[in-house]
Amino acid sequence: MNIAQPFMPNGTVYGTLLNFQGEMDALAPQMSQVPYKAAPHAPVLYIKTANTWSANGAGIALPVTTHQVEVGATIGILIGPPDLAEYAQPATILIAGYILMNDLSIPHASFFRPPVKYKCVDGFLGIASQLASTALAGDPAQFKLEVHINGELRQRIDFAHLIRSANQLLADVSEFMTLQPGDILTLGCDVGRPLAQAGDRIDIRAPGLPAFGTLSNTVLPPTSDDAPVGVTA
Amino acid sequence: MKHARVAYAGAIHQAIAHRDHLQLADGRVVAQEAVVWLPPLLPTPRPRTILALGLNYADHAKELAFKAPEEPLVFIKGESTLTGHRAFTRRPRDVQFMHYECELTVVIGKTAKGVKRDDAYDFVAGYTVANDYAIRDYLENWYRPNLRVKNRDTCTPIGPWLVDAADVLDPMNLALQTTVNGHVTQSGNTRDMIFDLPFLIEYFSSFMTLQPGDLILTGTPDGVVDCQPGDVVITSIEGIGALINTIEAWPVAAPTASQKGQA
Repeated sequence: MNIAQPFMPNGTVYGTLLNFQGEMDALAPQMSQVPYKAAPHAPVLYIKTANTWSANGAGIALPVTTHQVEVGATIGILIGPPDLAEYAQPATILIAGYILMNDLSIPHASFFRPPVKYKCVDGFLGIASQLASTALAGDPAQFKLEVHINGELRQRIDFAHLIRSANQLLADVSEFMTLQPGDILTLGCDVGRPLAQAGDRIDIRAPGLPAFGTLSNTVLPPTSDDAPVGVTA
Repeated sequence: MKHARVAYAGAIHQAIAHRDHLQLADGRVVAQEAVVWLPPLLPTPRPRTILALGLNYADHAKELAFKAPEEPLVFIKGESTLTGHRAFTRRPRDVQFMHYECELTVVIGKTAKGVKRDDAYDFVAGYTVANDYAIRDYLENWYRPNLRVKNRDTCTPIGPWLVDAADVLDPMNLALQTTVNGHVTQSGNTRDMIFDLPFLIEYFSSFMTLQPGDLILTGTPDGVVDCQPGDVVITSIEGIGALINTIEAWPVAAPTASQKGQA
């Protein structure tokens, strides 16, 4: 493998909602109400389809239906091969590394239905070009991120405030589906996600952890040949 | 033509229907019972996008006590939930309600972005049958239907055939039927979809680029019933195929102390 080749996933990318204490606190007053009726029990996941993947440095065009995007800075866990050396049920999941991600969404207030039209827009997942090894990344509970927009610090994220730790999340997800080698599971996005508009440059980095590098993407205006969404929201 | 993808004699093969047999790409003709059936899909360079519709038949929406949606209710599945024809699907031992869903499945044939409904069929490679099992015990009202209900290992059988689009004269007028142990439990027709195929291709391609090999599972009509271990479930669509699946209890059996000692 050419070490200079930028990283791109070859498996499915799963996103995680409500894995930060701040997100849970913000929604707590609504959780017992319609339509949710209860706090979530199992991990709340979604899929960032391959059409959303944008390389580090790429421009990301807004669809014509929105003039701003929500920036969901997060870290993805890259799944490695299972450890079959010890007889275990289920087999232990090995982590191949961690990667910075910019999980963009069209802002939306309801989490009742799957967020496909808000999260699966072309280009809506920035992916860093380098993988941080488990050795260089260290303990996920120590991870911190900073989000800069046009050079201005807009959000600090501290992964000490996760609802489920990286290992607990892997265990609870693999209870109902097998994460395959090459799949990515994100640790989630905290509240206070900044908004970005056309022309904005978004930089995400992990201070004190140079192994993660910097993930930079620029938001672009809609391309002229974009068709409007068939049914209005 | 009807295409299949099978494992036979230690290798994976593309195959076509040959009377009541299969003809492998190398010319060998083998019995349909002699192969392991895989999803009838060629590998894709990136993970395929698998879109699945909920409540896309008015009768099924009514059955589940919802009013018909005003725009498509769509969720996404990962590739790891797919399994082939004649496979086993796992029912956890402690659940109360697990049901099949017989669905016409569209396989995209070329890159689709901003497609208009009048052109939609130009982007279809072919059709197959999917059985989009759900375990209702696990439903939660966060991104519903949630992945614990819809993205489980073995819970999306698909096949047996990929039928070329040119061989399906009117995909919006096909009878669907499900049998459980030989008894008809579900019957409907694709003409009763709320959002038809041209609409769905226009809608999805308005915000996401679809690639060859991507799938749209178009929803299921009225008539879903609980399935128990040992049940043989056959989801059929007129002219497309009859997809056979058997339910098995999961875990299969807890290993005994002596088996653990031997491992």
